[in-house]
Amino acid sequence: MNENDAPLLEMRHISKDFFGNQVLSDINFSLKKGEILGLVGENGAGKSTLMKILFGMDEIHQTGGFGGDVLMHGQKVEFASPIDALAKGIGMVHQEFSLLPDFTATENILLNREPLKYTWLSEVFGERMNKLDRAQMDDISKRAIGRLNVPLDADMLVSQMPVGHKQFTEIARELSKEASEATEGIKLLVLDEPTAVLSEQEADRLLSAMRKLSEAGIAIIFITHRLQEIIDVCDTIMVMRDGKIIKTVPAKGVVITDIARWMVGRDVNTAQRQAREFDYQKSPVILSMENLWVNMPGETVRNVNLAVHKGEILGIGGMAGQGKLGIPNGAMGLFPAGGKITFEGKQIDLNNPRNFLDAGMAFVSEDRRGVGLLLDETLEWNISFTAMQVQEKYLKKYLGGVIKWRDQDAIEEETGNYVKQLEIRCTSTKQKAKELSGGNQQKVCLAKAFAVAPKLLFVSEPTRGIDIGAKSLVLKALRKYNEESGTTIVMISSELEELRAICDRIAIISDGKVFGILPATTESAEFGLLMVGQASRLQQGGSV
Amino acid sequence: MNFEKLTASIKGMVHSFGLPRVIIALFLLVLFILAPFVGVNVGTSLSDTLNRFGMNAVMVLAMVPMIHSGCGLNFGLPLGIIAGLLGATLSLQINIGGPFSFVLAVLLATPFAVILGWGYGQLLNKVKGGEMMIATYVGFSSVAFMCIMWLLLPYNNPTMVWGYSGSGLRTTISVEGYYLHVLNDLLSIRLSDHLVIPTGMILFFALLAFIIWAFLHTKTGTAMTAVGSNPVFARASGINVDRIRTLSVVMSTWLGAIGILVYQQSFGFIQLYMGPFYMALPAVSAILIGGASVNKASILNVVIGTFLFQGIVTMTPSVMNSMIHTDMSEVIRIVVSNGMILYALTRKTEAVR
Amino acid sequence: MKLQMTNTQKVLRFMANNTVPILFLVICAFGIPLSGYSANYLLSEIIIRIVRNSFLIVSLLIPILAGMGLNFGMTLGAMAGQIGLIFISDWGIVGIPGMLLAMIISTPISILLGWWCGKILNMAKGREMVTSYIIGFFMNGIYQLIVLYGMGAVIPIRSNALVLPRGYGIRNTVNLIGIRKSLDNLLTVRLFGIPIPLATLALIALLCLFVLWFKKTKLGQDMRAVGQDMEVARAAGIRVEHTRIISIIISTVFAGFGMIVYMQNIGTLNTYNSHMQIGMFSVAALLVGGATVAKANIRNVFLGVILFHLMFIVSPMAGKNLIGQAQLGEYFRVFVSYGVITISLVLYEVRKKRDENIAGLELAADQGVQA
Repeated sequence: MNENDAPLLEMRHISKDFFGNQVLSDINFSLKKGEILGLVGENGAGKSTLMKILFGMDEIHQTGGFGGDVLMHGQKVEFASPIDALAKGIGMVHQEFSLLPDFTATENILLNREPLKYTWLSEVFGERMNKLDRAQMDDISKRAIGRLNVPLDADMLVSQMPVGHKQFTEIARELSKEASEATEGIKLLVLDEPTAVLSEQEADRLLSAMRKLSEAGIAIIFITHRLQEIIDVCDTIMVMRDGKIIKTVPAKGVVITDIARWMVGRDVNTAQRQAREFDYQKSPVILSMENLWVNMPGETVRNVNLAVHKGEILGIGGMAGQGKLGIPNGAMGLFPAGGKITFEGKQIDLNNPRNFLDAGMAFVSEDRRGVGLLLDETLEWNISFTAMQVQEKYLKKYLGGVIKWRDQDAIEEETGNYVKQLEIRCTSTKQKAKELSGGNQQKVCLAKAFAVAPKLLFVSEPTRGIDIGAKSLVLKALRKYNEESGTTIVMISSELEELRAICDRIAIISDGKVFGILPATTESAEFGLLMVGQASRLQQGGSV
Repeated sequence: MNFEKLTASIKGMVHSFGLPRVIIALFLLVLFILAPFVGVNVGTSLSDTLNRFGMNAVMVLAMVPMIHSGCGLNFGLPLGIIAGLLGATLSLQINIGGPFSFVLAVLLATPFAVILGWGYGQLLNKVKGGEMMIATYVGFSSVAFMCIMWLLLPYNNPTMVWGYSGSGLRTTISVEGYYLHVLNDLLSIRLSDHLVIPTGMILFFALLAFIIWAFLHTKTGTAMTAVGSNPVFARASGINVDRIRTLSVVMSTWLGAIGILVYQQSFGFIQLYMGPFYMALPAVSAILIGGASVNKASILNVVIGTFLFQGIVTMTPSVMNSMIHTDMSEVIRIVVSNGMILYALTRKTEAVR
Repeated sequence: MKLQMTNTQKVLRFMANNTVPILFLVICAFGIPLSGYSANYLLSEIIIRIVRNSFLIVSLLIPILAGMGLNFGMTLGAMAGQIGLIFISDWGIVGIPGMLLAMIISTPISILLGWWCGKILNMAKGREMVTSYIIGFFMNGIYQLIVLYGMGAVIPIRSNALVLPRGYGIRNTVNLIGIRKSLDNLLTVRLFGIPIPLATLALIALLCLFVLWFKKTKLGQDMRAVGQDMEVARAAGIRVEHTRIISIIISTVFAGFGMIVYMQNIGTLNTYNSHMQIGMFSVAALLVGGATVAKANIRNVFLGVILFHLMFIVSPMAGKNLIGQAQLGEYFRVFVSYGVITISLVLYEVRKKRDENIAGLELAADQGVQA
């Protein structure tokens, strides 16, 4: 193992920006043969971008490439595409499964790499007319599964597998990429959140499989939010924040609180915060959620209990996939939900957006383009639509209310007001929504919600994909709206600092439940602990 | 420099209008220009084209509600036509002659159209994503089913049933004495020996088109446009998407029923059995020729499309026959109408989901 | 974790999955006694139908494998086969050589048409069936252009018996006496007095063997992958669009051969109508045999041929004996043919949505959330 002193993988001075937005700065690290590196960081820290650079993905090349060098065994390498990375022995297992449901584990493991038996037809019709060598396929797949040492049935159809086994199949696929003339055997495996969908038992299995692989000399980069796993299995821990490496330490002796602190700790910039004291005693509970569950793929909510006070700005934060986005989507009725929601003392039936809107609540979705906008229609249509349909605004009534005619003038006027108020940059109120920039599209969605004058407003990821300048404008607009009209705001965001900037309290969602609620003035590190599932001494408990 | 700008803007217009449509429009223009040179009377041709325009326009209009609500092209138009046929045959059975029989046919067709349309709409709601194929076969199955019904239903008006057996409807039934040309002759303008404008029929279409246009400006109509543009958006705004879709299907079916009645009063005959079988395709291709797509259509598309399509159907036989003494009109019609539908099916949908 | 089903649910599930064949069994159970036909007659008729139609129906299997749905574009292959038959009739080549030559002529035409059809279907992903349906109609126009106007004028046709009186264009019916039953009669045995054309059946068996073997090749595996999930297949490096086009080309070529087998049994070519009908009847038969838009195998082909054509044969007589009008029986069978396709399409879409929902429910169950 000492022939080659150079490390297996080295990334030097890696930097990346997306059209002026600096996403990675001066990343340096190295990986030895058989080393397990744990990579941690909040959403947006830059982990996925770094892996995309490593894997040579198109997205990186098409947005101006990257700065710095990638070296393997001391030699500089350049990957024009994932196929090049694969050829050099780098494999990646993503979070979303890339499996065919009606194929067996073996068929999936060897998809498009099946060993073939010669038939004469291939002379005439080409190589694909060769028969599959099923016996050899079974051999290869059993060998790969053996390396993992998990009870995976090679002949089971993927559609019948429990979720954990699907994950194992994906990993086995990478492992089965053995050395041949064209490619080197697998040397480095990148696992992106592999345990997110596994039960505890399955996760344990996976961790021991990882140890086995490491002993066999395969290096692993392990990305996860489950900090205990990192401590259990990794040799080295690397913490990223805001595109930089905060700390690289050997895993020995590290405790979870350390990692949490490194992940979120920032200099608390009080200048940014407009501090205000919210009097909880004086204001009643306007919305209460009891035992809320939501079936939103990827953001499952299991059991959320929350009480929101009138006039406050409540923040909801947490890691991606832990369920925070499921709360407003479920409450509003966009995804199947259950439990009890009471608004202003009246119970609201779930699974029907109309009930939600009629009660006086509104929702600005995180999915601007998919849910929030009619891209092919004008700004006027977008802004006035919900208010028109739910509250019959902007309509001229004829024949005693039988005919409800669209009042074009009223719509135009109101839209013009919002354009001015929110500083929406557009050529006219008749411009199509799809032509606006992300930030301005978001403002249109806000205007649509403001137009119904809701008593309570859910806003989900309000500044996602918006440039820095527009971000503070949107946040200021929300704060102003809350103060001027007394509308309660529940803001869901993956950016902790954003929540701390305008919220009164922040609830952290972990594993589909409220893990803790703290005043927004609390130090970031405490929130960090909550986000990784560690109880904070300061927390006020799950339900208030 | 001006020449470059001109070509650039022409290219832009062609691109947004669609190359096939431009070709079709130019083709029709060429036919009209050639007509007098080959001995075809332009006046008669225009007259015929206008007549066919009026006959077919309502059925093309029937495409609009369903396209608007995202149910796709209504290949199931025969279902609406059947409602119209039921209204027509029942009206003749009741045997009140004269123009009033037309009003009666409309009144009788309506409940059938509403019921059939409602059922059809419920079905389409359960198969979102595969509407067009299922619409086609629902249309075919119902025409085949009605073939059985036309044989069995107890009609007995002697002008309608087979002579020797006395039961079972004939394949074609004349509407002379009932509502033949009721709309055509109403307020018709005779410009010359050859050129007659069937004002009544065109005004009737204009009335229906106005109603649809007005509907799309009401609260429910606005909701319908949103449902077709982005159903998730509509749902998030509290709209019952399924209900709006069913409404659009009922409207489309009813317009199909009225459409066949307008067609019959001009054509002179009620066509039963396999008559309605392929009637969806001309209407579908007409609206596509007029500039509509699978999920966006306007009244203007209806007018332009019907005029172009019927123009070609009228002009090709007469002009080409006189020119090359061969009647290739059938082939041209097949290629043009189906080619247009193919073009529309292979475009990426405009509404981004 | 699979959701458990009670026994009643399992029976209902079986019936739901096999609705169409069961429905047809019921119709035949009523129709056969009503028609009054003898078992011998029916048996001989069914043998003929199997011999005539199976090849065509098998050609539908491969596009379903590749996720292209029901290939209404097989009409294009039928057209290619017919063009081949027109030429050999003109050149007076008879018997087995005539058949073979027709097949050889049809092949390049089928390949070209299949390639073009596949390309267009790739532009209309998600709407393959409607598009292939319209392609059939569109090509019919082109076919008429060639056969009704081109042949005799631009394309030289010698035989006057083939050409219309006006001097160009093929007649509405073409007598195929030259190749009539040439394959069928090659090797016949008699069983219970019913002639069974073994050679044709052998050819059909050969095709079935090819399809079975094809599924074991790399290309067959790639098609299965593309048919399940195009994006996963693409991520694995499979050339998705290319594979889809190949599936259509293969189907079209076989449809061309199948049309020739069909025609040699019937003996007369209905120049402008046969190919339009054949697509719908083949699809209906396959669906009657229990196939769906997403899954079809050889069993479905033969079960479908038997059930569908049984219904087809007995309907007119059954209608006459039941109501007194044979016409009624004829309309009935047309209605049932279209109805079968409608039901299958609806069931397919409904089932697709239900399966998506179940996946969601299972995920929720896995996560410990109540459903």
